[in-house]
Amino acid sequence: MSTVASQKRGFGAVLWDYLTTVDHKKIAHLYLFGGGFFFLLGGLEAMIIRIQLAVPENDFVSAGFYNELLTMHGTTMIFLAAMPLLFALMNAVVPLQIGARDVAFPFLNSLGFWLFLFGGLILNLSWFLEGAPDAGWTAYAPLSVTSPGHGVDFYVIGLQIAGAGTLIAGINFLVTIINMRAPGMTYMRMPLFTWTTFVTSVLILFAFPALTIGLFLLMFDRMFGSAFFDVGLGGNSIIWQHLFWIFGHPEVYILILPAFGIFSEIFATFSRKRLFGYTAMVFATILIAFFGFMVWAHHMFTVGLGPVANSIFAIATMAIAVPTGIKIFNWLATMWGGRITINTSMLWALGFIPSFTIGGMTGVMVAAVVADYQYHDTYFVVAHFHYVIVGGVVFGILAGLHYWWPKMFGRVLHEGMGKLTFWTFFIGFHLTFFIQHFLGLMGMPRRYWVFLENQGLDTGNMISTIGAFFMAFGVVVMLINVVYTALKGEKAADDPWDGRTLEWTMASPPAEYNFKQAPLVRGLDPLWIEKTEGKGQLTPAEPLGDIHMPNASFLPFLMSLGLFIAGFGFIYQVDYDWAYILLFAGMAMTLGCMLIRSLKDDHGYHIPKDELEREAD
Amino acid sequence: MKGWTGKLRAFALLGFVALVLSACGKENLTALDPKGYGADQSLYLIILTTIIMLFVLAVVMIVYTIVLIRYRKKKGQEDYIPKQVEGNRTLETVWTVIPIILLLIIAVPTVTATFDLADESAASDSLNIDVTGNQYWWHFNYDGQEVQTSQDLYIPVGERVYLNMMSSDVIHSFWVPTIAGKMDVNPENENTMYIEAHEEGVYWGKCAEFCGPSHSLMDFKVIAVSPEEFDQWLNDMQNADPEPEPENAVAQEGQSLFEENNCMSCHAIGSSSASIGPNLTNYGNRSTLAGVEDLNKENLVDWIMDPEALKPGNKMTGQYPEVSENEAGKIAEYLLQLDETDITPESAGNE
Repeated sequence: MSTVASQKRGFGAVLWDYLTTVDHKKIAHLYLFGGGFFFLLGGLEAMIIRIQLAVPENDFVSAGFYNELLTMHGTTMIFLAAMPLLFALMNAVVPLQIGARDVAFPFLNSLGFWLFLFGGLILNLSWFLEGAPDAGWTAYAPLSVTSPGHGVDFYVIGLQIAGAGTLIAGINFLVTIINMRAPGMTYMRMPLFTWTTFVTSVLILFAFPALTIGLFLLMFDRMFGSAFFDVGLGGNSIIWQHLFWIFGHPEVYILILPAFGIFSEIFATFSRKRLFGYTAMVFATILIAFFGFMVWAHHMFTVGLGPVANSIFAIATMAIAVPTGIKIFNWLATMWGGRITINTSMLWALGFIPSFTIGGMTGVMVAAVVADYQYHDTYFVVAHFHYVIVGGVVFGILAGLHYWWPKMFGRVLHEGMGKLTFWTFFIGFHLTFFIQHFLGLMGMPRRYWVFLENQGLDTGNMISTIGAFFMAFGVVVMLINVVYTALKGEKAADDPWDGRTLEWTMASPPAEYNFKQAPLVRGLDPLWIEKTEGKGQLTPAEPLGDIHMPNASFLPFLMSLGLFIAGFGFIYQVDYDWAYILLFAGMAMTLGCMLIRSLKDDHGYHIPKDELEREAD
Repeated sequence: MKGWTGKLRAFALLGFVALVLSACGKENLTALDPKGYGADQSLYLIILTTIIMLFVLAVVMIVYTIVLIRYRKKKGQEDYIPKQVEGNRTLETVWTVIPIILLLIIAVPTVTATFDLADESAASDSLNIDVTGNQYWWHFNYDGQEVQTSQDLYIPVGERVYLNMMSSDVIHSFWVPTIAGKMDVNPENENTMYIEAHEEGVYWGKCAEFCGPSHSLMDFKVIAVSPEEFDQWLNDMQNADPEPEPENAVAQEGQSLFEENNCMSCHAIGSSSASIGPNLTNYGNRSTLAGVEDLNKENLVDWIMDPEALKPGNKMTGQYPEVSENEAGKIAEYLLQLDETDITPESAGNE
């Protein structure tokens, strides 16, 4: 049981290893492939949407199918692509950055991943079972309650299961960052990516319960005859919007804050300077998170909440621009006076600054209530949130993947292909979305299956569709790059970028126990400190000893599989009695696995000291 | 040399203006060429915020460009280690305080305009219209006037008209970009907004809240006519005959078929408040068929025979016995001559 065992193994052995692993580095791989798969799926849906909207009154897809596509594009990209891809990076990097051997709860880490995967599978199996959800990713009641078929049921159950996984992952990172930091790694010495992961985890902890409640109410309304959102029976449909956005707005920050963390690492590393205004950056992050909970109603300016509520939420929303602006200027100041190396990773970070600034600009613009009466629910808003989510989050993920790929897989992604991906995707992105600001103001509402002829919307939509093909091309090149790198990629050094933080002190990829001895952290950018003092490596904070490791377990997979089966039971018990068998069997499986986990002591195993010493030779 | 650059400049300017104008979109649909009170307010804020934000973007981009030119790694700099700067309190204060000031400049007019557009104090002295959003059409009931109509909303130009809006099914959103911003039409509470058109015209309206398969086909019109024409229209509509005498034999047969096929159980003609389906009193004057098609006999026959083909998920499909093309033609003939008033979209001057 050590890294030496990483000789050639059969496919079955590798598969079993990944199905049962509790190692944060392998779970990072799982999140990456799971999230990557759903990202491609969401991208495919986006391409069909753009083809449909290439010309006026197109009939490439039917109205019903189009609504399923737009719903699944949004849901998939937010819940099943962006979040897991960020979790991939968090899992791969955060324990290394704080000098930990793993996350606090390796078993839960694995459970979180499998819940996400099975939740995503349920959601997407709806395509083959009478149709996908079609009420938008926001699933506003009463449309979602009255939507015929089982589409929205799949949305409810799929997101509930995936959401549980996210909540578990969030709690896990919180505990990890609070408890598992190496000696000397105080809060104010934590790398920014760790900080943003920490703050994001707090946001997950407080925001996801609102979604969970909303989904439960919707589930009861659709499957068990309650009337929380049914106006005719005394319910209220606006409550859904509140619950959804109390979750939904923080969700935006859950996505963007880790991306901010990634950029902070990259700007510092490739400018060869410490992050400018570190303290301000940390507090700006916390402030954004705090304000993030007080602005949800800016998604609801046209709902009719009245001028007082609208004004308060408008001003709270504008306030968020201040800490965000601080971040942008601090990044610029980090580069100022530095020695900037431009590679693919840095290109994504540099592309982020203008793109995200435009997204932030339009963010302040949509906060101006009366202006928003025009923007709301049009392509202007579509443009705005794609500038934020693609220009911020997706650029961040891609920057982070190029930056940490060597650490995750031991190989460096191909630079030429990386740059080709960047330029096609970057140009395509602006081509696709910039014009949409104008389309919105010219009278094109969002979620329109067709737009009519002679309304002045033809050119803009055609440009937008052309841009989407550039983006798709970039993604295909990226895929080829990944395959090429896996087969023939250049082997990575331990510290390929002249890094500053702890993850660059160890092998690429690291040993399963990460740190043989916990490192002694003497300040911000601990590796950089040792480099400038001529040592180049960290002093161990403890003598070499046996390393306690957790055992692999198949239980997380089985628990999630149980909920997956029970999910179908919940969905189909409305129509068929046999579905109760699935419901009870699935729940029994999950609860049974939980019982086994509770009753059976699992003390893990130890890697003996002498084996570690032998490896060192 | 000078003349040449001057010409080029003139061309560039002309091209730019043309681009800007074409970027404004279609007249009476776009929000960038407002002709109503609410849309004016919105555009003012849109321009104000855009200018301030472009200033911020410009500052960011200038610094960004300087950084990229000056501090990019040059040959022979491989071992250069820059000064490790912790921060700079003055600079950081500057880029905290200036944005706060800029945001205040935006916040004050935003709040003022928000309260202005929510002002309902004049509602009791003004024309009030109850607006009902339905999948996928709009119904308008002129409060206290015994006038009902659907899809085409006639209003007097230059007057504040209060719209009291509710939905009969899912949430819709009432949006006439050239006249006013949007307001959601909810099933549980009445939302009020006022609109005021500065010019006569036929303005495009769209549903802006996702409401089902035909969400993109739920268009309607606001037709602003002169106050005199509006009064005449109201008068004509009030006196409309609920059982109008058809003009010719074909239409006569159409009327019988209309009654036999149960159309009356949903569609009212006259001021009856029945509104399961659109009110057809002035159907012959409609600007469009079902909100999106040209109104002519051929299209109407297609619609009557298979509404699902035009508007997926509509509530009319399957509510009446199948009709032959011949029968549909007769019904269409009947409907197209329902023009109880001389005030039509043409009265508004432009199309």
